[in-house]
Amino acid sequence: MPEPVTTDTATSAPDDVVLEVRDLAKSYPVRQGVVLKRTTGHVQAVDGVSLALRRGRTLGLVGESGSGKSTLARVLVGIEKPTRGQVLVDGEDVSTMSRGARRELRRNVQMVFQDPYTSLNPRMSVGDIVAEPFRIHRDAVPRGGRRRAVAELLELVGLDPDHVHRYPHQFSGGQRQRIGIARALAVKPRVLVCDEPVSALDVSVQGQVINLLEDLQDELGLSYLFIAHDLAVVQHIADEVAVMYLGRVVEEGDGPAVYGDAHHPYTRALLSAVPVPDPTARPAEGELLLEGDPPSPADPPSGCRFHTRCWLARRLAEEHGVAGDGPEAVPERCRTEDPVLVPLGRRGDGRDGGGDDEGAHVAACHFAREAATLGAHPGPTAQASPGPGTPPGPDPDPDADPDPDADPDPDADPDPDLEPVPDRPVLESRER
Amino acid sequence: MPEPTAATATPDAPGIDVSASLGGDAWRRLRRRPDVIVSAVVVVFFAVMAAFPTLFTSTDPQRCVIGDSKTRPQGLGATHPLGTDVHGCDMLAQLVHGSRPSLLLAFVVVGASVLIGVLLGLLAGYYLGWVDTVVSRTVEVFLVVPLLLAALLLLSLFRNVHVGSGAFDVILLPALVLTLFGWMGYARYVRASTLEAKNLDYVTAARALGASDLRIMVRHVLPNAIGPVTALVPTAIAGVISAEAVLAFLGIGVRPPAISWGIMITNGAEWVTGGYPYLLLFPLGCLILTVLALVVLGDALRDALDPRLR
Repeated sequence: MPEPVTTDTATSAPDDVVLEVRDLAKSYPVRQGVVLKRTTGHVQAVDGVSLALRRGRTLGLVGESGSGKSTLARVLVGIEKPTRGQVLVDGEDVSTMSRGARRELRRNVQMVFQDPYTSLNPRMSVGDIVAEPFRIHRDAVPRGGRRRAVAELLELVGLDPDHVHRYPHQFSGGQRQRIGIARALAVKPRVLVCDEPVSALDVSVQGQVINLLEDLQDELGLSYLFIAHDLAVVQHIADEVAVMYLGRVVEEGDGPAVYGDAHHPYTRALLSAVPVPDPTARPAEGELLLEGDPPSPADPPSGCRFHTRCWLARRLAEEHGVAGDGPEAVPERCRTEDPVLVPLGRRGDGRDGGGDDEGAHVAACHFAREAATLGAHPGPTAQASPGPGTPPGPDPDPDADPDPDADPDPDADPDPDLEPVPDRPVLESRER
Repeated sequence: MPEPTAATATPDAPGIDVSASLGGDAWRRLRRRPDVIVSAVVVVFFAVMAAFPTLFTSTDPQRCVIGDSKTRPQGLGATHPLGTDVHGCDMLAQLVHGSRPSLLLAFVVVGASVLIGVLLGLLAGYYLGWVDTVVSRTVEVFLVVPLLLAALLLLSLFRNVHVGSGAFDVILLPALVLTLFGWMGYARYVRASTLEAKNLDYVTAARALGASDLRIMVRHVLPNAIGPVTALVPTAIAGVISAEAVLAFLGIGVRPPAISWGIMITNGAEWVTGGYPYLLLFPLGCLILTVLALVVLGDALRDALDPRLR
């Protein structure tokens, strides 16, 4: 794969970065055979992801099921070993450390789980669950102070400290999630990896847990990697947003930049699937509906991984007279060339990503400019930026090069991929 | 329904002291159940019988008068309260003295099988890889070898070995055979539930905290994977007692002149249709009573110790 251009926040503010991954990949072998197992392929769950998380900030990670979000989370907290790339905690590469040092450093990265019903051992009392980190790391709190430390933690997450003798089933989902957060906070981590922490909760309880996480962030200076498929929640809590598709980050940038000025067709499609409370505020031609499931990560598509489902590629091809549903109905470049993450929103050579300061907005699409201007966009920001983003990379293929001005009114162009959808589309069913 | 303020929510029924410790709470609940009390009395009764047989009968079980063969039960106070068997041996004395080898054998075999099976199943399910291959293939090998064939093999191996006549020596050979062929079920069940439990989020959480494999296995996986085993144990005890009778035919059961319930059941079964059903019913009744009591006790204990059912 091509060398991905990182956001390079580490070089601009190295002291500020508490957790960083560089070109991280995790693949699982696919084995066949009963006795002699042959490796017949690899599932690339995460394939070359580079992210940086700064102190006290929240990085939102969105994407469909199977995009590798949860695998990335498991690698970050040290449950899975990466097949390639580095995980840096406080600037130190975890993989090169001794076992003991790694264990100590791992304390800095803890996890909050999606399902509050399976994340707490049903046979342990709440006190035991929250105190377990102290038993594992005996130096964390002196033996005599553990009871008080547990009570303080429970109070910190808004639970009654007198409930230490209760068992998880005696609590509601929101309360269980608080217990899970208390357990993660026991070892005084600096980073919390929240793997869809609210998607299993009632909407009303979601708000409470989100508020708790925000309060804790202010109080303890925590950094969050916030994984979700609910874009509204991510928009609320995240300072920066990264969008994943099939194991790659396809777009990353500040929250307002990504939400208001998405440059990747996949991000655009995700955003258009967010329900709008006011029906009249919906884009006139409806949502950009993604069809089908993501391709298998064991056999990702050639070129741009998104081209098999890309509404933009279809539309660009159609403008050049190649219509249809077949694999040929996309620009050749999308099928053959793997796009890299390139900075957007500023003039100059897009390839040069090194000089960007923090908050750079990057996207991996050959036609990022067209993605931002063509088609529907709910926000006014898209219309305000008709052309600052130069198409990245070398000149596009002549037979696929679209004229950005050729289609000033997208509404006039009936597109089979842009069917109006009356109901709220199911962007992603609940995982697991 | 919106979640009430987290600190004041009380999801449990009023009047139940939920802050009590699990053990104390379990004890209080068990004491209130009449079926548990009856079962406990039965188990204690047979345990005392096995430990102190002379409390219950003064007759020597080996003093058999062939002339008194198949005397019908005479009731309390008579020479043969429960009658005599085919050889004229006193039934009561045989039942009382047979309880020790039977119960001892059952508990030794089931205890050792559970220990081996749970340990191997846990290791296989947790580590998978070559550990699992070795354990699973071993389980399959032991499952396909017929018990009687293996028993015959062991019999020939131990033919000239002299074992003593103490309580453990009498049951040594059957305990060996039955344990060797009794642990596979537990290993399979525990392996399966370990596979299920080890991928749950609370195990992942413990791993992210840096917990050792031992801690994860003992604290998180095993307590949640042991469930199927507790259901198997009472019936396995009955199975061992009756299997011992089969082994007795091959000469590797409880060593004569010691008697066991299993042998009595097998011998008595021949006479059920011949007009002497009591020869079967007395030892069978003892066996059924013991197993039923253990089933009730085990069930109640499991429920009482499960925090979800408090």
